[in-house]
Amino acid sequence: MTTLELPVLRDILRECAGEDDAAGLQGDILDVPFSDLGYDSLALLETASVIQRRFGARLADDAVTRAETPRALLDLTNETLAGTS
Amino acid sequence: MTAALITGLGVVSPAGLDRETHWAETLAGRCVIGPITRFDASGYSSRLAGEVPAFEAREHLPGRLIPQTDRMTQLALLVADAALADREVDVAAMGEFGVGVVTASSAGGFEFGHRELEKLWSRGPEHVSAYQSFAWFYAVNTGQISIRHGTRGPSGVLVTEQAGGLDVLGQARRQVRDELPMMISGGVDGWLCPWGWVAHQASGHLSRRTDPRSAYLPFSVDAAGYVPGEGGALFVVESAESARSRGARPRYGVIAGYAATFDPPPGSGREPSLRRAIEAALDDARIAPTDVDVVFADAVGLPELDAAEARALAAVFGPYGVPVTAPKTMTGRLGAGGAALDVANALLSIRDGVLPPTVNVSEPAPVHELDLVRVTREARVRTALVLARGHGGFNSALVVTA
Repeated sequence: MTTLELPVLRDILRECAGEDDAAGLQGDILDVPFSDLGYDSLALLETASVIQRRFGARLADDAVTRAETPRALLDLTNETLAGTS
Repeated sequence: MTAALITGLGVVSPAGLDRETHWAETLAGRCVIGPITRFDASGYSSRLAGEVPAFEAREHLPGRLIPQTDRMTQLALLVADAALADREVDVAAMGEFGVGVVTASSAGGFEFGHRELEKLWSRGPEHVSAYQSFAWFYAVNTGQISIRHGTRGPSGVLVTEQAGGLDVLGQARRQVRDELPMMISGGVDGWLCPWGWVAHQASGHLSRRTDPRSAYLPFSVDAAGYVPGEGGALFVVESAESARSRGARPRYGVIAGYAATFDPPPGSGREPSLRRAIEAALDDARIAPTDVDVVFADAVGLPELDAAEARALAAVFGPYGVPVTAPKTMTGRLGAGGAALDVANALLSIRDGVLPPTVNVSEPAPVHELDLVRVTREARVRTALVLARGHGGFNSALVVTA
């Protein structure tokens, strides 16, 4: 079963929403809130749309905007993928 | 009523990525119009433009801003930084709502929209960027400048095609008179992408000539349309009180007069209202035509519109009554950024005592009776009049004084 892991999420964030020069995406960011990483809700919707296209996971917009950390977004994606596989 | 001073000035144009490079090239009379390189224009009937030189947005802007901004917004942010740094403005010290932003726009991020619409029809809606929601919006430059610099004063966008670059300065002056300490105002525009190109070609006003030296010849006997370009200028407009209290360095000039009119409907038989805009702007500045040292013309480059502008100038100033110039013959017409760039040129003329030339026009049509400045001319400039007309009937006139 395909799962989304942090390194790929990091690449997707960089590619579609850019990287905040101050906060950056290096290191252990799993539990760092997206807001501290410099991402707003629109950046998350953009990220979710790339995840959906690449992994075929259907993520509800309101579930995405409730995911406040990379770990929460990974969990949401991987649970969705598990449910649909 | 407080005076509205221009205390900061940023420029990006086909002649350069900063004010002084642009100005040096302009005074050198260098035409920077050339074949379009940013997309394959070989299939279009018009193929020349004034393109801003190579620009690496990542070197100037935070990474987060890159995926969400059109090129013209990136250029606007570069210029806004320059305008604020020019006189060391500390936005935070101006009070929470002390600084507003008003910019001119013709379509928001045309190229960004082109790219996303292409994804929409070729790959489907799920491929369209969420940032499309604002990146192609008219007010995007105002919004991004305001977010980047934390300005929360009265803000907006004006959409009056080429006239917009003057209308926003009229609006900035209005805010300053209403006791706002400072406005960031002007226009930076660009739409050099297939969609933008097709849309503008439809006006029938673009030159179809392929030689950059003969494509855009305003006031000439063989005028055949204009060449578009990208870029513009942004200004810090400030009340005299604010400038005094922060000990700002010397101003570039004062917005002394402004007026806007709208043309009568086609077929009415009434004269276009550019003349009325000029007269009203001079009245507003409380000056006589003889006080004007130079006119920066709208200079569309279409015989009928050139003749209308020349008639308006002759009616106000008399035949050959005032030096007239169109440095846009070097860069092309920059849409909502064009008249703002002309105001920048006017202020730098005042600063340096020199009139930039109108290039490539070997001989203005005698019928226009214009003193067209065709080589860089030294002159004492205290007062400059800038004219702009927007497609569809907009006329604006702005007077800046030393």
